[in-house]
Amino acid sequence: MHYDKLIFELSATGKSGYAIPKCDVRDIVLTKLAKTLRNSPLMLPCVSEAECVRHFTNLSTQNHNVDSGFYPLGSCTMKYNPRVNEDVAMLNGFSMLHPLQPANSCQGILRLLYELQCCLAEITGMDAVTLAPAAGAHGEYTGLLIIKKYHEQRKDNNRRKIIVPDSAHGTNPASAAVAGFDVVVIKSTPDGGVDLDELKAALSDEVAGLMLTNPSTLGLFEEKILEIAALVHAAGGLLYYDGANMNAIMGKTRPGDMGFDVIHLNLHKTFSAPHGGGGPGSGPVGVKSFLTDYLPLPQLIKTEDEYYEFIVDLPQSIGRIKNFYGNVAVLIKAYAYILTLGAAGLREASEIAVLNANYLKELLRNDYQLAVNKECMHEVVFAGLADKNSGVTTLDVAKRLIDYGYHPPTIYFPMIVEQAMMFEPTETESKTALDEFAAAMLKIAREAKETPEIFKNAPYTAPVSRPDEVAAARKPVLKYSGA
Amino acid sequence: MHRYIPVTETDKATMLDRIGKSSIDELFVAIPESIRLQTDLNIPEGISEPELIKIMKVCADENISTEDLCCFLGAGCYDHYIPATIKHLVSRSEFLTAYTPYQPEISQGTLQAIFEYQSNICNLTGLAYSNASLYDVATATGEAAFIAADATRRKKILVSRAVDPQIRAVLRTMLVNASIETEEIALIDFATDGLNCSAKSNDGVAAIIVQSPNFFGTIEEMKAFSEIAKANKALFIAIVDPISLAILPTPAEYGADIAVGNAQPLGNPMNFGGPHIGFIAVTEKHLRRLPGRIVGQTVDREGRRCYVLTLQAREQHIRREKATSNICSNQALCALTATIYLSLVGADGLQEVARQCTNKSYYAREQLLATESFNAVRQPVFFREFVLAAKSGATKVNELLMNCGILGGYDLSADYPEYRDHLLFCVTEKRSKQEIDRLCQVLS
Amino acid sequence: MKFPNGYSYSKDHEWVKVVGDYAYIGISDFAQHSLGEIVFVDLPEVDTEFSAGDTFGAVESVKAASDLYMPIGGKVLEINEALSAEPGLLNTDSYENWIVKIEMTDRAEVDALLEPIQYEQFVNTGK
Repeated sequence: MHYDKLIFELSATGKSGYAIPKCDVRDIVLTKLAKTLRNSPLMLPCVSEAECVRHFTNLSTQNHNVDSGFYPLGSCTMKYNPRVNEDVAMLNGFSMLHPLQPANSCQGILRLLYELQCCLAEITGMDAVTLAPAAGAHGEYTGLLIIKKYHEQRKDNNRRKIIVPDSAHGTNPASAAVAGFDVVVIKSTPDGGVDLDELKAALSDEVAGLMLTNPSTLGLFEEKILEIAALVHAAGGLLYYDGANMNAIMGKTRPGDMGFDVIHLNLHKTFSAPHGGGGPGSGPVGVKSFLTDYLPLPQLIKTEDEYYEFIVDLPQSIGRIKNFYGNVAVLIKAYAYILTLGAAGLREASEIAVLNANYLKELLRNDYQLAVNKECMHEVVFAGLADKNSGVTTLDVAKRLIDYGYHPPTIYFPMIVEQAMMFEPTETESKTALDEFAAAMLKIAREAKETPEIFKNAPYTAPVSRPDEVAAARKPVLKYSGA
Repeated sequence: MHRYIPVTETDKATMLDRIGKSSIDELFVAIPESIRLQTDLNIPEGISEPELIKIMKVCADENISTEDLCCFLGAGCYDHYIPATIKHLVSRSEFLTAYTPYQPEISQGTLQAIFEYQSNICNLTGLAYSNASLYDVATATGEAAFIAADATRRKKILVSRAVDPQIRAVLRTMLVNASIETEEIALIDFATDGLNCSAKSNDGVAAIIVQSPNFFGTIEEMKAFSEIAKANKALFIAIVDPISLAILPTPAEYGADIAVGNAQPLGNPMNFGGPHIGFIAVTEKHLRRLPGRIVGQTVDREGRRCYVLTLQAREQHIRREKATSNICSNQALCALTATIYLSLVGADGLQEVARQCTNKSYYAREQLLATESFNAVRQPVFFREFVLAAKSGATKVNELLMNCGILGGYDLSADYPEYRDHLLFCVTEKRSKQEIDRLCQVLS
Repeated sequence: MKFPNGYSYSKDHEWVKVVGDYAYIGISDFAQHSLGEIVFVDLPEVDTEFSAGDTFGAVESVKAASDLYMPIGGKVLEINEALSAEPGLLNTDSYENWIVKIEMTDRAEVDALLEPIQYEQFVNTGK
């Protein structure tokens, strides 16, 4: 059923879903505040509490979500989000803390955050971690500013370029541009790896660093990583690790050991914090010891007598990047996850994530064209249907999957693969779940041969089907403007 | 086998057999031997749920939260009443465990909620377009400055010293790295100095940024600053508080080109500083320069009204290094929270909250002055927050208050050396007369 | 795919049509076809001066965006306002619907552009 009422359409003057105690001090004449008060009508919805609850509950049922079904969206690590982590993050002793409280009144949360910094440093092989960045892209930006500052402090002022492979996430070049770098794009090898000749040709004393995702966006481990690191370092550049694919390697290897100098993590991917429909996330940044002075403000430290506090007197820091210190509620969930899994659990998570992806690859490989025929890591990329004659595109397959109750994979990314479909099953899916999903995928491949015409109007079972995105972009309607 | 992992030993054997490997380690051979971890990570052994709850509870109890403290602290994070229903709705799996709404057919819940959020932000600010939200008000201010620099092709931003010091600090970081200069406008009596603003404005200025209520709570003469900006063909960026907008003129009314603000007060917990949410709204002219996600209304193939992510060609996954911003998320759950809050509270409710913040902060200021522990400062009009000079010293006042279970004001001296021993008090609708009287009694 | 005569083409898939002392600039049929349904045309301001190779605007579809590059240098005299309201006109006929009208800096720059047959070959073979 398609519930499509807007909250504004339920509104009627006089209704309200809210009551607070009557004001118990005397009224100030509001016109004292400003020469003029608000002139435009305040058009907020007026609904009862019950109507409000029903509206948002009905809206929610229009969403696919991890709790209701498989969500193999590649690069997004849609793993199970443990409920207990929600409970602990919502404890009043955390959620009702004011960020500017004196440190002696919030040692508990400060200690938790400090210990999380230590855990993330250990998992990634880095020396220091800041929890300040609000998201992965924000982490990239922070990391790049650290790289910039490092070169500036060494008076190495020519290093204005950041190298980004063409297989990279779009955020990489965008973050480099916002950080004030020129972006140099290098072609990848057909299997999505770094082309060493391209890299060598791009390296110079103008290069500040290389941004890399490992495993790559094709889900393959970069086997030449040590050689790449040596080349970049020899040219005076630094290595940046995009942690989007960290779920493949926890407890197996560490970016710090691979030669990366700066990394970011996505706690909402690898460390099970829920995605919330697009955020809030959290993108901590880790650095090697020679870069710690440049970390953003404030830094959270532990003093010799086990006291935790923020320090801001760090003249070499890149400065503040956000209000306060990080998305704390998300950080608490990630910490709870790490405590729950422990070292062995984290390793097992990555192992099963990789096992699941390889198993899914085997189940699909006859009917879908593998982008690269190799063992994959935690995600697997196909170049559309194996049979190219049906005219059925990756978009069609994605839309048809919805009719089978699944969220489609990531589509048309990485851009270097035609008709790309990228599946990331994660470790929290069972073999049965993968078998059933693969059966649906194979059925779709058969439909593509036998009844290709059914695809054009798919999905049939969803609340809506194939919204007109062209009309939405040509004549943007971005707000409710009355009946 | 960990309880979050459903793959049994038998499953593993079957799966490996199908893959053609004899062990899971064989799947990791691409990792060079020399960097394969040989030992466990130095992280404690995993624990059960009851153990986790115990540890986290101990940790939470080591803090004294505003559950137990009576909060008179604001300075960018506000203790407003949060209706109980919000937590229940926002915790629903369908909202909580969904990703960015890439597939509109199975994401109408998130998409429509964002559309309603955008509608509310447009109505509150009076401006034409809002995006789906940004990390926080500080980064939103930075993004607004980028829009102004791009629109005017100028490389200098004027920002009032009465803007929240954390916002200014983030702005500096963002602008210096984009080779945009910032210059600060001086203060006069806890407000932005209009003459100084005029003197510094010229045809090289991309935007003037003023906050109202400003960091000190003072309501600024926004119209005057907007006119200075217009006279120099610069944009006017207003940093506003969403609750105050229930009673104060909208940014559109005084001619702002861009409005940004902190939507945390709209039902989001203080959460020790995050996640919070920043909003941004612009006039029609700047729609294509907006950063981040935007939801638009359309129809599906059967003509049904529905919603999609739109104007995506601005964004990083298409434009890459030429994108308007690197942001590829929004604070969706916090935006949902704000939307539910505004739906519950409604127009009358928001006006009531704003009115009570005003009444109670004026009452508190008057009563605090009556204790004779403070010197008054010149601050004729303010909203929710006000400044007083503590005769016995700011630190001493706050320590005394903390000992009595009261979270005192924000000490301005670190950010404004000239305001030594000045405290910024915040009084929201949550504070009762009794609590305010107690605050004064402790200080008498 | 159409490669009409009377137009000179650039490798960035723009065309130039000289009419008297002025020139019109637009995008080729190949360009509109590769982009798909065009939803927005970012037009420059009148009087702006550009050199050959400068970005003078952009065209966007739902899933792609492409900058517009000046095939030759010149000053913008007129912009095709109709494209703001109806960007799909570029899909209907990308030759009839020019994007900007310019005063040329150096007429000789047109000679360096591709003939229709050369451009068709470039589109088909990449050479």
